[in-house]
Amino acid sequence: MNESDLSLKGRIFDIQRFSIHDGAGIRTIVFLKGCALRCRWCCNPESQSNSIQHMDFDGETKTVGRDVTAAEVMEEVIRDEPYYRRSGGGLTLSGGEALLQPDFSGALLRISKECGLTTAMESTGFGSFESVRDKILPWLDEFLMDIKHMDSAKHLEHTGQPNGRLLENARKIAGAGQNLLIRVPVIPGFNDTQEEIAAISSFAKSLPGVKKMRLLPFHQYGAGKYARLGMEYRMAGAAAPEASKMEELRKTAAGAGLDVQIGG
Amino acid sequence: MRLDNLSAIAKSERIPRMISRIFADMPEVEADRAVIVTQSYRSTESQPIIARRAEAFYSICENLPITIRPEELIAGSASIAPRGCQVFPEYSYEWLERELDDLETRSADPFFISEEAKKRLREVFPYWKGKTNSDLAFSLMAPEARAGISHNIFTPGNYFYNGIGHFCVKYDEVLAIGFSGIRSKAEKELDALAFYDPHYACRSAFLKAVIRSCDAAVVYARRYCELARRMSQEESDPQRRAELARIAENCSRVPEFPAESFWEACQAFWFTQLLLQLESSGHSISPGRFDIYMNPYYEADKKNGAVSLEFAQELLDCLWVKLNDLNKVRDKDSAEGFSGYSLFQNLIVGGQDEEGRDSTNDLSYMCLEASKHVLLPAPSLSIRVWNGSPRSLLLKAAETTRTGIGLPAYYNDEAIIPSLMNRGLSLEDARTYCIIGCVEPHKAGKTDGWHDAAFFNMCRPLELVFSSGADNGEQIGPLTKPVEKMSSFKEFWDAYADQMGHAVNLMVSAVNSIDQAHMIRCPLPFQSALIDDCISKGKSLQEGGAAYSFTGPQGFGIANVADSMMAVRQLVFEQKKYTLADFKEAMAENYGRGVGEGKVSELAIRISKELEGTGVEVGEAEVRVICQVLKERFSKSERWNGLLKDIEAAPKYGNDIPEVDELARKAANLYSKEVQKRRNPRGGVFQAGLYPVSANVPLGAQTGATPDGRLAGTPVADGVGPAQGRDLKGPTSACNSVARLDHIIASNGTLFNQKFHPSAMSTQEGLEKFVALVRGFFDQKGMHLQFNVVSAETLKDAQSHPENYKGLVVRVAGYSALFSTLSKSLQDDIISRTTHGLPL
Repeated sequence: MNESDLSLKGRIFDIQRFSIHDGAGIRTIVFLKGCALRCRWCCNPESQSNSIQHMDFDGETKTVGRDVTAAEVMEEVIRDEPYYRRSGGGLTLSGGEALLQPDFSGALLRISKECGLTTAMESTGFGSFESVRDKILPWLDEFLMDIKHMDSAKHLEHTGQPNGRLLENARKIAGAGQNLLIRVPVIPGFNDTQEEIAAISSFAKSLPGVKKMRLLPFHQYGAGKYARLGMEYRMAGAAAPEASKMEELRKTAAGAGLDVQIGG
Repeated sequence: MRLDNLSAIAKSERIPRMISRIFADMPEVEADRAVIVTQSYRSTESQPIIARRAEAFYSICENLPITIRPEELIAGSASIAPRGCQVFPEYSYEWLERELDDLETRSADPFFISEEAKKRLREVFPYWKGKTNSDLAFSLMAPEARAGISHNIFTPGNYFYNGIGHFCVKYDEVLAIGFSGIRSKAEKELDALAFYDPHYACRSAFLKAVIRSCDAAVVYARRYCELARRMSQEESDPQRRAELARIAENCSRVPEFPAESFWEACQAFWFTQLLLQLESSGHSISPGRFDIYMNPYYEADKKNGAVSLEFAQELLDCLWVKLNDLNKVRDKDSAEGFSGYSLFQNLIVGGQDEEGRDSTNDLSYMCLEASKHVLLPAPSLSIRVWNGSPRSLLLKAAETTRTGIGLPAYYNDEAIIPSLMNRGLSLEDARTYCIIGCVEPHKAGKTDGWHDAAFFNMCRPLELVFSSGADNGEQIGPLTKPVEKMSSFKEFWDAYADQMGHAVNLMVSAVNSIDQAHMIRCPLPFQSALIDDCISKGKSLQEGGAAYSFTGPQGFGIANVADSMMAVRQLVFEQKKYTLADFKEAMAENYGRGVGEGKVSELAIRISKELEGTGVEVGEAEVRVICQVLKERFSKSERWNGLLKDIEAAPKYGNDIPEVDELARKAANLYSKEVQKRRNPRGGVFQAGLYPVSANVPLGAQTGATPDGRLAGTPVADGVGPAQGRDLKGPTSACNSVARLDHIIASNGTLFNQKFHPSAMSTQEGLEKFVALVRGFFDQKGMHLQFNVVSAETLKDAQSHPENYKGLVVRVAGYSALFSTLSKSLQDDIISRTTHGLPL
């Protein structure tokens, strides 16, 4: 194993073992800190800022974020090797946005492959394609990419970023032969109409090699964290989409000729 | 690999009706067996005990009232009332005499008993005064060992009051040659026995008792044959008439002669299983490798078209219901410890044959299907897992697990086979092991395991370290160095080892006295007829007739000991933040969390006695003052909050932290290695188990505060798992910690419970990952794993007591999380989902 990979430093805020609903087999998710987007519905608001933060738990303060070497992360990830071996599982990078720390992410993926693990990454595709192509894709088995909206203005309004570069990256990444799965958070008042979902699915279908899409219904599970971080939450009170509505949207998306499932 | 995985076989309509019938009423205690046994004993007083046991058994088979319940296809019931039970006064009766009037109203395992039955029991009880097994056990026991029991270091209650049970007989032999064949074997031995053989008297008496017992079984079956024939003649429904006629025919042939069909094999199995439980009051009489010994009969019938898959499944389902029809009444305290009317009839599927080939067959799948059909606690279904287990069998097992019945339990061949060979079993015997009762590995038909011999609380020797071996003012352990004077962690550990060694001696002494009592008062000829080498040796199991004789007492509380050792080492000897004296005081004050009234008056009495001993007169007024002072002293205080917080921050077993896991391994090995040095009076060795059944709760109630911050009276850790609520990093971390123990040395079994939410297993993918978790744990030589797939009720409890459920994994939305870490509203959401029924 490359020494310089092992000693590379990065900033993470959590490592979650025995993750069984996010890709192949039993996985460990490493959550990297810092994101370029500010999605209003974000259920991990502590992932957004790249600085170390403090959360208030009824008077007790918890530090969110720590700087670690790739070796330190992998030492924990590799503990579950017997379960990866039996299930085809491995490492998943999530965030925040893993592509904001491309060298660190690349090192984690490279070490994982050398250890015989499968690798996955949950990302919005925010970064330069060249960097993704050279530092990430050679060691990545599955790219789980969020596509939130086809209208750039609306995307900008709700996430703080336009979508141009993200969509362009999606096309380039797919074009590079990467195994790519498209995930769409279904957010009330943002993208939960038939037309909006249909637009995303036809875009997804147009990407070379893409066959699968997942619709992730909005939920309120991150709501409590905003106050603890002293942040404003703009989705308070918004209702999760009904199961029947999700099913309609699923059918619409599937109409583009994709394998579409709700959740996971 | 099989392509048809027998995924779903239709359930016969009669099954739910049979189940609701047997569970319609509160189970009932019946007096007949007690009356019959007493009459028999009165008439055989001049005979050797083995002959008296055989006569009593014969008399039961001849006279115990019999019944065939509506719709059943397999006949034979131990009681007229469904789920009723009989009484075994030869083992003990005083507790029952005392509790007769409260049986119906007690909280754990209540039983109805008629006034008539009470009267009949009260008439026979006086005969047994001074004659029971427990009377003799008590009188044989060394005073030191009695003190060990009264100070709650261990409890051997199981076999003190009851039969031993905990075996698996040669069902295969009953099916293959019948009791007529077994009888001939005994006759042959008897013929060959020279009258001048030095053991002629005992051997001939034993062999005659075996012959009489075989006859008894045949007599019993014939009575069912006649009853079924009569019922058939009176039956108006043609289908039922035919069924009853077939039952009559079956009972005329088995278990006397070899079984000639799958139905007959089921009937022969059932008579054997039932009669074993009428001979003695032992529980955990386990069917063992049912799929293996029943398969030839199923295969033959299948081949010649005599049985359809559906009907074979229906017969199995009927048998599963019958296994739930057996019952046992225990004393009030034991009922708390074993609540749920459980008989622990362990039935295992899968595994290997003598030559190490995978032995899975159609019946392996059908047994899992039967448990899915009946959704009842019996049999205690188990599955053997090894590197060559078919994927389809494990997936079928996972499907059964997700029904939430907690079955099957998973066992690892790769750990158990070497563990049994380490105890002297041959490779062939080790490869064909089964499981007894809860988790105990065992070679069927060759072993007297005495598993479950005693519950040993590993926290108690630790408490004794802080009192230099004294308990309630009495010196019961060695006088180890006062903790105030200890200067290294090694000294502390060594004192624990000393206390442990002595406590194990006390336990071994007590258990061996009880063993001796069973040998003298309750040798069991019927059971012995079915286990090698009793017939060839000419002696009963209880006298050492088995090919392998063991005694297996089980230690528990490993996690508490490991976490305690870690806290002491870190806080006292590494950080030097506290002294052992601080710990001692904090534990005595229950960390400022208050102690009960009972404890205060107990201490007041002790102090008064000590004062009187020094010549001070102690009157009522003084006692009142002492109580007052004690109450103030032990009232709730904040004084130890800092210590508790520091203890909490120390590494805990169950989180995949090698240094504390290593202490757990050391503590478990300390117990196991002490135990395996000892021998029993049947010529066998002791072997350690690491599991508490459910005794960690009642025995925890008798345990003071421990250095891991566990409060006085609260449950001790369950099995080899982490202490309740202390594993915070999910199931793989907990599995890795548990796998760091040496399971192979604990050849009497280890028990590892995990809790799962059904949502984690709701999809096919979820099942696959569940299997991978089991496989991953077993690759690291873990021995056993079982899962509670929890209900909404549990989740509600988890919500009110999150500290007890920190390791509970739930499916949230596109991801899984630890339940305790979720917000109240999210928890509510998940609970409501469960109530609506998950996609199972």
